[in-house]
Amino acid sequence: MVQVLLFASLAQQAGTQKILMDANEFPASVEEVRKILQHKTGQLKGIENSLVAVNEEYAGLADKVKDGDTVAFIPPVSGG
Amino acid sequence: MEPINNQEVIDKVVHHNSGAVSVFIGTVREMTGDKQTRFLEYEAYVPMAEKQLEKIGDEITSRWPKAKTAITHRIGRLQISDIAVTIAVSTPHRQDAFEASKYAIERIKEIVPIWKKEHYSDGEEWVGDQKGINSYPEGFPEGIEK
Repeated sequence: MVQVLLFASLAQQAGTQKILMDANEFPASVEEVRKILQHKTGQLKGIENSLVAVNEEYAGLADKVKDGDTVAFIPPVSGG
Repeated sequence: MEPINNQEVIDKVVHHNSGAVSVFIGTVREMTGDKQTRFLEYEAYVPMAEKQLEKIGDEITSRWPKAKTAITHRIGRLQISDIAVTIAVSTPHRQDAFEASKYAIERIKEIVPIWKKEHYSDGEEWVGDQKGINSYPEGFPEGIEK
């Protein structure tokens, strides 16, 4: 199973902060995870401009996600 | 979450070879243009935000080897004039302390997964794009290590 975490505007649109994906979808690229996510939640405005972290480290769209990983979609940050 | 105690942040960086401590305090502003903020709500991806804050500390040490850095960011609901973030950097001499504390707040706005939701008098909005970052064509912004 892969945990997908959403924050801020993405979580608000999806109506949840956490989505679980079946192990049989993996391994998959970050970009593929994004597609699976959008299939489940709908488009999610701003997701193309979001960063992605795999297991709490920033990752690129082509990076691989495997069963057990946590993928977080990180909209432009606004701390400080 | 509890209010930030500035002195506690400062105490983490003062030591016998520091000659300067630069402190940056970010507070909640009421007016942004003609928009009036009633209160703010901060959300964070806490474990990753802590790692990224540590990374900023490491970056500062690699640029200013004698610097010591402490950063505390508050999350949850904040009122006008509440402290959202306190950064303290100590160095042997003042110039480096000024530069390093500025570096820290700029990096927070780039790489630390914390978001604020503005609750205005006439609506609410998750704020992003404060640094004019419109898209990340490579999937991650410049200066972020994969």
